[in-house]
Amino acid sequence: MKAVHYLNQFFAGLGGEEQAETQPTRLDGAVGPGRGLQAELVDVEIVATLACGDDYFAEHEEEALAALLELLAELRPDVLVAGPAFGSGRYGYACARLAAAAAERGIPSVAAMHEDNPGVGEAGAAYVVPTAVNVAGMRDALPRLGALASALASRRELGAADEEGYLVRGFRRNYVAEKTGAARAVELLLAKLAGETRTEVAGDMDRVEPPPAVADLSSALVALVTEAGCVPQGNPDHLQSVRAQGWFRYDLGGADTLASGRYESVHGGFDVTLANEDPNRLVPLDTVRGLERAGRVGRVHEALYTTTGNGTPVVVATKFGQEIAGELRDAGVQAVLLSGT
Amino acid sequence: MLAKEIERAGIPAVYVTSLPTVARMIGANRIVRGPAITHPFGLDEDERRRIVERALDMLETDVEPNTVWEVEE
Repeated sequence: MKAVHYLNQFFAGLGGEEQAETQPTRLDGAVGPGRGLQAELVDVEIVATLACGDDYFAEHEEEALAALLELLAELRPDVLVAGPAFGSGRYGYACARLAAAAAERGIPSVAAMHEDNPGVGEAGAAYVVPTAVNVAGMRDALPRLGALASALASRRELGAADEEGYLVRGFRRNYVAEKTGAARAVELLLAKLAGETRTEVAGDMDRVEPPPAVADLSSALVALVTEAGCVPQGNPDHLQSVRAQGWFRYDLGGADTLASGRYESVHGGFDVTLANEDPNRLVPLDTVRGLERAGRVGRVHEALYTTTGNGTPVVVATKFGQEIAGELRDAGVQAVLLSGT
Repeated sequence: MLAKEIERAGIPAVYVTSLPTVARMIGANRIVRGPAITHPFGLDEDERRRIVERALDMLETDVEPNTVWEVEE
């Protein structure tokens, strides 16, 4: 089986920073760290090395990728290996972008870099093998990189990230477990009592840095958003009570309050009796209007955004959030009061 | 998820919920604990006012990720 190895100008032996503008080029066989990698590959030969200057890739990404992909198409490898790039940002980015593009074209691809390398987030469906932060980790990285590359070339179905030694890509695959959930839960509990905490559901939610505080709320446009299923009475747009398929925007029209009989909640996840007696208990329009009059907040955005947060898959809720956020940003909203149940 | 995506867009969003544990798990940053699932902004106007004021204060504050504020009685 055939492997193609991607390196930057430095590791390919073409020169240091002064050669960082080197355009994509093809070298025969294994070069530089490729020689060490070759020793770790099983039934796989590095037939060619592709090299590109870090600056050239960063400044001419489209041309660089196109040229590299053309070379790959000629070589038709069974696996592409990129790096290791360790902590180098430009190099890691190039490795990840190329690996992602190759993976999209059906070439099994793996890059190697430090887990904090900004390239990690760019690897798409390609695999990333974690390495140390600098080249001192080469000797440790190559056997692991070689093992994963060999597995990819053989088209063996890979197991989970921690078993195979790659970074979590954020995909989940269904499988039939040998033991029931109850038995596995008891095993995890016993392990925890013995001092080892394990989980089947890793906290892989991405995080967002909190934006800075609102500088002056008394002049800010403030929007009300809710996941509590608040809609005009009668639910004219048929918002679902569970597993919402969408979100809606309703014009508040200057109303002072979400009056009972004019608004209701269709949320299916809790008893809405108290909410429907006074929908301000879910979306505090009356209070916020009072604070608008008192000058505590600048203006209330005249659109209420609503959906039902009840059994909504994360990916769907994320999409709703992105869509609503886009509208709020376009409307110049500076702060959001969001209610959930 | 709405809170997180709105904040990702650069707009500070305060999430008032009676389930701050869940809110933290999904990565909300500005969280105010409401009194109950059925009425996160309380039952009467005084209580609602206290909760809203607390939420507005949080919008005016630079916070660490995943911060939960309580509302004083």
